[in-house]
Amino acid sequence: MNNANNLSVFGKLSLGAGFAFLYLPIVVLVVYSFNASKLVTVWAGFSTHWYGELFRDEAVLSSLWLSLKIAFLASTMSVVLGTIAGLVLARFGPFRGKSLFAGMITAPMVMPEVITGLSMLLLFVQMQQWFGHPAERGVLTIWVGHVTLCMAYVTVVIRARLVEMDRSVEEAAMDLGARPLKIFFLITLPIIAPAIASGFLLAFTLSLDDLVITAFLSGPGSTTLPQLIFSRVRLGLNPEINALATITVLAVAVLVVSANRIMVRAERRRARLAAAAA
Amino acid sequence: MNMLESSVNQAAGAAAGAKPYLQIVDVVKKFGDNTVVDHINLNIARNEIFALLGSSGCGKSTLLRMLAGMETPSSGRIILDGEDITHLAPYERPINMMFQSYALFPHMSVAQNIAFGLKQDGLPRGEIAERVERMLELVQMKKYASRKPFQLSGGQQQRVALARSLAKRPKLLLLDEPLGALDKKLRQQTQLELVNMIEQVGVTCIMVTHDQEEAMTMAGRIGIMSDGQLLQVASPGEIYERPNCRFTAEFIGETNLFGGHVVEDEPDYVRIQSAELPRPVHIGHGITGTLGMPVWLSLRPERVGVSRQQPVGDGNWAAGTVHDIAYLGGFSIFHVRLPTGKVVKASVPATRWREEAAPTWDEPVFVSWADNDAVVLTQ
Ligand SMILES: Nc1ncnc2c1ncn2[C@@H]1O[C@H](COP(=O)(O)OP(=O)(O)OP(=O)(O)O)[C@@H](O)[C@H]1O
Ligand SMILES: [Mg+2]
Repeated sequence: MNNANNLSVFGKLSLGAGFAFLYLPIVVLVVYSFNASKLVTVWAGFSTHWYGELFRDEAVLSSLWLSLKIAFLASTMSVVLGTIAGLVLARFGPFRGKSLFAGMITAPMVMPEVITGLSMLLLFVQMQQWFGHPAERGVLTIWVGHVTLCMAYVTVVIRARLVEMDRSVEEAAMDLGARPLKIFFLITLPIIAPAIASGFLLAFTLSLDDLVITAFLSGPGSTTLPQLIFSRVRLGLNPEINALATITVLAVAVLVVSANRIMVRAERRRARLAAAAA
Repeated sequence: MNMLESSVNQAAGAAAGAKPYLQIVDVVKKFGDNTVVDHINLNIARNEIFALLGSSGCGKSTLLRMLAGMETPSSGRIILDGEDITHLAPYERPINMMFQSYALFPHMSVAQNIAFGLKQDGLPRGEIAERVERMLELVQMKKYASRKPFQLSGGQQQRVALARSLAKRPKLLLLDEPLGALDKKLRQQTQLELVNMIEQVGVTCIMVTHDQEEAMTMAGRIGIMSDGQLLQVASPGEIYERPNCRFTAEFIGETNLFGGHVVEDEPDYVRIQSAELPRPVHIGHGITGTLGMPVWLSLRPERVGVSRQQPVGDGNWAAGTVHDIAYLGGFSIFHVRLPTGKVVKASVPATRWREEAAPTWDEPVFVSWADNDAVVLTQ
């Protein structure tokens, strides 16, 4: 960053082109969200009209609420299941079918979402015929689908952390008289907490913007935000969606910047304390 | 020789305590087909500091982990203070271990680390606080009670780990390479400090190390391990002066080894002929063996004298030339090449060369030793 000034003209140009390629679409999107005209492509002066429109739009608000709710429930559940699966894979010695288990858990990561979604839809339809449950597709089925997908990612993150963690710390706890379950809650869990947090955030974002699996598993009355946006856009572009997207970009930016700040601060504090110890 | 050896070992064991406190009875550990600990029998007396010494991968840690309960023996029994603990879970054993990596809990302060074991026992708060306080005092870490492990230096972490494993007043303290993570200088400083602390609390202690100096300095008795087997158990001096096998002789300190066989076997002396020495070696005591039996002779470098005059007597000397000299200040190591091609190392103190100048490279010299300096090894 410091030597950006030393770049040649060509360097500056390509840097500019790169940034333009990445961010110009977003800039256009943000600018047109303040367009007074209903036509997305014609500039008719500055206005915050569409933001007001957005906040009065019941459909948008309820689908946003639904998306947040599903994302929260799905990421909570995938963190619980992912931690257990990660623990089994990282801590239990070789057992029969271990590699099959590992493969099955991470399969949704590599499987096309269309396949995952379709197969789950078929399963739910069958189940409905056999036991009459789930009676219809909705929040519950979307949640199950999202958990399947997100859990794969969470498992990978937590397993990696557990594998690199020094096992003798857990052994020391056992040596000092703690039983396995207690060791998990008093020692293992606090140590892998950062991995659990990042697994949760990963799952949350995955669930929040999932469209394909949701499309298969949603029913009448359960439209998530991505679904809503997608269907609106198909009917024609609308500055209201631009406004919604702008708010999303803003929220993401604020989150990323503040997370970064917190991490940098913690890192500095750590370094200072370690320096004081030496 | 062997009988003498084993009777001396038993005497040392008996002197340390009449009834063994810890008994390791015929313990075997296999990982698959790989026998890592091979029929080990060992008795430890109360309040003894015992060191298991051996090269990397010989099974020291595995034996220690079986004592702690982290591994289950494939066969054999472990008895502590009259109680069979072979199949007790680690959290039920009155044994605490200090891990090679210290294994401090990274998210807890020094005081919380030390208190952890006491909390598991459900001791009342007041007593926990009091004991933690005493432990902090013992290891001189009071100032650092509220620090986290990553804020401590290696030596400080080591002391916290020790305090944590002593806090529960275990019947047996296990130390796995207690000073392995420290640098050489700090290690030497810490060795005696650690022994002092252990003796202050009065705990029976088994430590594992591959550093012979550490074992010799800290332990009252040493067990030499190789390939899962316990080769010799004796005091540091005994191990050094009277090794019972080739491995021990070579593993502890430096030595000159000569292969040979018994040519004269009398009750009060033996003679051993080696192809690497010009004349038979005279040993001033009898050995349990037969005529013609193949043996090894171990001769410590500091037992070998170097001179320009031909030594008197008919055995224990050889002529040669100085092949190399390593000057080490207080003493020098002379490498003397014999006509047979064998190079004998002699460690000669600098004070030896007051009256005459020290021999130099390629000078003809004689090496010699006394009757009982060479140790006969039958295995
Ligand atoms: N869980 C295990 N499964 C299979 N083999 C093992 C296991 N633990 C140890 N071993 C093997 O047992 C042998 C002895 O290991 P151990 O850790 O006891 O050696 P050590 O004497 O402590 O060596 P070091 O000085 O390097 O620590 C090694 O060859 C090792 O590969
Ligand atoms: Mg080891």
